[in-house]
Amino acid sequence: MTELVYGIAVAPFKDMVGSPAFFAEVLIGGVFAGLMYSLVALGFVLIFKASGVFNFAQGVMVLFAALTLVGLLERGVPVVAALVLTTGVMVALAWAIERVVLRPLVNQEHIILFMATIGLTFFLEGFGEMVWGANVKKLDIGLPDRSFIVAGVQINQLEMSAAATAAILVTVLGVFFQRTRVGRALRAVADDHEAALSIGIPLKTIWIIVWSVAGIVAIVAGIMWGAKSGVQFSLSLIALKSLPVLILGGFTSVPGAIVGGLIIGVGEKVGEVYWGPLVGGAIENWFAYVLALAFLLVRPQGLFGEKIIERV
Amino acid sequence: MTGGAPGPLLEVEGVSVRFGALVALSRVSLAIDRGEIRAIIGPNGAGKTTLLNVISGFYHPYEGRIVFDGRDRTNLKPPDVARLGIARTFQNVALFKGMSVLDNLMTGRLLRMKGSFLLEALYWGPARRQELEHRASVERIIDFLEIQAIRKTPAGRLPYGLQKRVELGRALAAEPQLLLLDEPMAGMNVEEKEDMCRFILDVNEEFGTTIALIEHDMGVVMDISDRVAVLNYGRKIADGQPEHVRKDPAVLDAYLGMSHD
Repeated sequence: MTELVYGIAVAPFKDMVGSPAFFAEVLIGGVFAGLMYSLVALGFVLIFKASGVFNFAQGVMVLFAALTLVGLLERGVPVVAALVLTTGVMVALAWAIERVVLRPLVNQEHIILFMATIGLTFFLEGFGEMVWGANVKKLDIGLPDRSFIVAGVQINQLEMSAAATAAILVTVLGVFFQRTRVGRALRAVADDHEAALSIGIPLKTIWIIVWSVAGIVAIVAGIMWGAKSGVQFSLSLIALKSLPVLILGGFTSVPGAIVGGLIIGVGEKVGEVYWGPLVGGAIENWFAYVLALAFLLVRPQGLFGEKIIERV
Repeated sequence: MTGGAPGPLLEVEGVSVRFGALVALSRVSLAIDRGEIRAIIGPNGAGKTTLLNVISGFYHPYEGRIVFDGRDRTNLKPPDVARLGIARTFQNVALFKGMSVLDNLMTGRLLRMKGSFLLEALYWGPARRQELEHRASVERIIDFLEIQAIRKTPAGRLPYGLQKRVELGRALAAEPQLLLLDEPMAGMNVEEKEDMCRFILDVNEEFGTTIALIEHDMGVVMDISDRVAVLNYGRKIADGQPEHVRKDPAVLDAYLGMSHD
């Protein structure tokens, strides 16, 4: 008994203090993994904020963006041109989704739109495979990937640039939502379709904009994931990991997606390294979901979500 | 404020609306003159809100025409109707509940904003000036409606009466030519109703806005309207000055269920 208590409550912390450089590396690894989740979660938040639709296809959009980018690079398109083209493809995709999926289903229950996005997931996965093939590919757009050592801690340039990118994205999106006319219109549409229409906001345009922005966020996420672990179809599964991130951060909060991602990323890495051995490892696979479950019980709106009080 | 063609600001000509087999409106004609307060009343299910929805583009008529400012506007969609200068409120209050009162009113000005997206994002130069101008005009409305104290409160947290007032404010922020109010006094207590009446009269007088309002309750409306139209079962059964309408046997019949011989 005492051994167990020691193993849970004392030993891990002793290890952390005993080897701070290693602890710092674990933390950095966690932050990096967390930012990756955050980037996917961001796409979810954008679409959820603007249309109340839970877009199951966000993970596949990341995959699709990465596949397109890799495909273009493989055919010898220069990096910048490939990025522009991929952005174009994602905007075209947003347009097509609005036209083919969202518009015919306008005013339907949210669950129906959710089902439609599941359909979209399978379509995009198959379509991506058809066009670009099913092999694992290496995505290299020339991001620096060297490691160096600062104060005994190994730091990877790729991880640094991922952090910087996430920070820039969040700032830009925050300004976009809070400060601009389009941002205000997006929030209005999210809140009440009818009212938004009545003050002259065209829903169609707003939807195309928001799906395009989500597509662009997907490109960024795709680049980071692709650079780290190659472009492969399991990429679409990371969408599942961003679910607990959303529950933690709140479905409607951009900063929430980031903080939620960081908590989960760091939590699962630290948990795996220091507490994992107690249960034979593999905590990393379920830690996020247990944390999300606990959050649902205590604070269902998430850390930054809006608490909705319904008048009955 | 008003310009353009002579004649009424808005004409509804023989409009019918059907939902499947249900006829919600049957050949209703109605004119709204520039600068008047026009009431449309009728018992529940008379088709009042349907008529409002047709005017604001949420429904499209199965037959008939809608002419706004001398031009046929029958089949426009809601955002385009808003662009013409028609603002509306909703029976069940459709505010952006998560946004502050101030932001709600600012959304009312979206149509009047223009400019470069990038500049806006940077909050710089003309964009900043524009934002400040819009803020100033929204502040005037806030003063006018006496809601200074709640400017920063999320709209969803306000009591119902105030929400209705904020919704009126959002519609006013668009500086409409025609303001459509769907039961602006529903669910209010006597004091709130009196306030709302005062605001409606003031808007009409100070901004010269033409107002069409729908009410279920005859009493209040009769005192503030220039003309009253009465709907029952999707048909217009009376139209004219309040004192005439009040005595109309068909109206009394619809409201009180009395039969006259």
